[in-house]
Amino acid sequence: MHSRGSIWHWRGWGPFRALVIAALTLVPLLVVLASFFDPQPEVWSHLATYVLPGVLWNTVVLIFGVGAGVLFLGVPLAWLTAVCDFPGRRFFAWSLMLPLAMPAYVLAFVQVGLLDFTGPVQTWLRDWLGTSNWFPPIRSTGGVVLVLTLAFYPYVYLLARNAFITQGLRAVEAAQALGYSRAQAFWKVALPMARPWIAGGMTLALMETLADFGSVSIFSFDTFTTAIYKAWFALFNLPAASQLASLLVMFVLVLAAVDQRLRQNRRYAAKNYSPVRIRLQGGARWGAILFCSVILAMAFVVPLIQLLVWVYSVWHEDFDGRYPVFLLHSIWLAGLAAVAVTVLGLLLSAIRHHHRDPLTQWIVRLATLGYAIPGTVLAVGVFIPIAWLDNQLLTLASWFGWETSQILKGSLLVMLLALSARFLAVAYQPIDAAMQRITRNQGNAARSLGLSPRQTLMRLQLPMVRGGLLTAALIVFVDVMKEMPITLMTRPFGWDTLAVRVFEMTSEGMWDRAALPSLAIVLAGLLPVILLVRKSESGLH
Amino acid sequence: MMDALILDSVVLGYGDRPVVSDLSFSLAPGEIGCLLGGSGCGKTTVLRAIAGFEPLQGGRIALNGHWVADAQWRLAPERRQIGMVFQDYALFPHLTVANNVAFGLREWSRVDQSRRVAEMLSLVGLADVERRYPHELSGGQQQRVALARALAPGPTLLLMDEPFSNLDVELRERLSIDVHHILKATGTTGLLVTHNQQEAFAMADRVGVMLGGGMQQWASPYALYHEPATRHVATFVGDGVFLPAHVRGQNCIDFELGQLCRIQPVDVPDGAEVDVLIRPDDIQHDDASPVRAKVLERVFRGAAFLYTLELTSGDRVLSLVPSHHDHQIGEMIGIRLEIDHLVAFPKEAI
Repeated sequence: MHSRGSIWHWRGWGPFRALVIAALTLVPLLVVLASFFDPQPEVWSHLATYVLPGVLWNTVVLIFGVGAGVLFLGVPLAWLTAVCDFPGRRFFAWSLMLPLAMPAYVLAFVQVGLLDFTGPVQTWLRDWLGTSNWFPPIRSTGGVVLVLTLAFYPYVYLLARNAFITQGLRAVEAAQALGYSRAQAFWKVALPMARPWIAGGMTLALMETLADFGSVSIFSFDTFTTAIYKAWFALFNLPAASQLASLLVMFVLVLAAVDQRLRQNRRYAAKNYSPVRIRLQGGARWGAILFCSVILAMAFVVPLIQLLVWVYSVWHEDFDGRYPVFLLHSIWLAGLAAVAVTVLGLLLSAIRHHHRDPLTQWIVRLATLGYAIPGTVLAVGVFIPIAWLDNQLLTLASWFGWETSQILKGSLLVMLLALSARFLAVAYQPIDAAMQRITRNQGNAARSLGLSPRQTLMRLQLPMVRGGLLTAALIVFVDVMKEMPITLMTRPFGWDTLAVRVFEMTSEGMWDRAALPSLAIVLAGLLPVILLVRKSESGLH
Repeated sequence: MMDALILDSVVLGYGDRPVVSDLSFSLAPGEIGCLLGGSGCGKTTVLRAIAGFEPLQGGRIALNGHWVADAQWRLAPERRQIGMVFQDYALFPHLTVANNVAFGLREWSRVDQSRRVAEMLSLVGLADVERRYPHELSGGQQQRVALARALAPGPTLLLMDEPFSNLDVELRERLSIDVHHILKATGTTGLLVTHNQQEAFAMADRVGVMLGGGMQQWASPYALYHEPATRHVATFVGDGVFLPAHVRGQNCIDFELGQLCRIQPVDVPDGAEVDVLIRPDDIQHDDASPVRAKVLERVFRGAAFLYTLELTSGDRVLSLVPSHHDHQIGEMIGIRLEIDHLVAFPKEAI
């Protein structure tokens, strides 16, 4: 009954327990970082001459281009739907989150298909005006920036809207009472107050940009992720891949540090949501409707319609015997990962709540760093130690007379490890939020009503985090379904999923053939967005 | 009859930091006790130790004649058959009111469970909300559900940690009387922790005033008010001021307002300087009295005025006067001393 002296319950175990789970993220990260501190001159000289100049320039262009883009879309949209009032506001408030359901690579190939010289838009323009030579080419730097901006602005939109809703109008009213005009109040008060949220949304968008593999490869726009992929598959040059990965990690760790910093600056005021809004009049009103409509159409509605059109045209030939296999692989992989990652997330959260020492808390934060690390990097970082382990195992196996070429390398394990590292934070957050709602007194109340600690876990804690667990599993499931680079780089031979199919079809420019698997991914992607919409709209009306 | 609860020289603390030292008291079955004290006096820690959530560093605790905890060993909370009402109620948000109340009845049959739940909810006056969830209830209703949940398994002892502190004043008074009646009706022994003396007086048969982790006095509310054992109890419980006086003979005391004799013997030597506790009800307004005092402040309390009066010496006293005696600030009024319980402490160097 009394657990004093039991080594198992020693409080000092916290950091070790957390470290076991954190290893999932830390080992790949350290493996990749180690190759940064172990530069190989011949690999570097090749990279520095032929790869790095273009890649670095492109990366910088993307960071500034997409960073500015998401800011100019996300912040005004958030302000309009959070604080102003115009016809359709409530519809736009939730529908502007819908682009989150569409992976950037789907948006990319649909936009290219739509806006390219042979696409319907330019064909229509030529029929109508005789020429479309003036039309800006979509396969350009501007095109990539446009597509990634449309794909990732919802991160800024979501966080900025949150900030504006909780404090925006009240702050403006306070400033107006002190003699500021409404416009001055926006620039002097509301915007600076929301800065940690806006910057946080931008950091997330930039992390996604750096991690993006699918869209940039559709545009043949060379970045770190595509370079790592090429080094890995085209050149079979693992050292080059890991050198590149280590450089990319440097960029990402800076962003992750900024993100962690910003999270601490976000203090939620009590939700004193005011139903009074700024009513837009005349031109401003139409401008707001037009702006919201155009963004929603470009980022979600038109691409979805185009997907449906393509699916309709290729439905019969494409829905053959292979499609169900892709679907099955995707569901199987996503399900497996969802269960594994949810269990890991629950363990991590339980460790954090049981061991309150600062070291444990710190390791838990490290463990959830994986969300920032691009899939290509994690693929490299997981593959290298697994390959090493495989060699040891093979030696061992040969002693027992078992001759084989690989044991772990070609298995689902590699893929699951990398996916788990990447999505652990995604699962951890809803679970931990649910955990935090359980107070110490609720546990004590259950004990004083005659329940043992074990029964308390089964009848109180688990039922109370059930919602969080389901959310976690759903989000991981969908994220894994959408995930492209890890699946592509670490899957067992011939193990094709929907995302892999999309990659193969788009790399051959067959947009219509990529439409059916994409549609399945988008539909699955709608599920967590619906959850998100319901969560962000609840309590606001 | 054996006591329902005994604390014997209990020592509590976190690591090297002592919180409660050498605390002893007991409750007879059916009695309601209260630990009264300011924040940080250790009263909540005592309650948690009785429930089994805190280890003892010394002493021991008995429930119904069985020792349940000492410095080496403690019985797990779930085996103590104690009900507890928490300050934040700690209701389970994922369960309906009925399921919250039935939570501790899991070994009962279905039929018995629902009968008991209905019984408990009607006892606390909430028969109509059993299908609702805690967040749909008002604060007072949540408090009653917490009480019903704690009482449902028929605990031998009910512990209440600041049970009314989240409620407004009016509701607090009504509920504390209700809860008193419920405990008496069910014959449950109760122990309450609070910083509010009105609550303590309304609820408890015996009140313990705690200060700095120690018990200053364990007595009935009447005794606490009229016969405080220490200066702290005298000032903490009720209004009052100290007036300087000196002892003459065996049973007389001299001070500005006159001489008091034929009172219980004062436990201080002849000629000693003492401070005498003067309650507002000890000073009677009497126009015929030769002793006059100036009105400094007045607080209207409906039935009475609470006057702050200045004596000629400059000392101040409080007086509770029926409100038809409406005197203005600065007025001189006649007062007379009428003390039933003389409370005097040796003079303290301030």
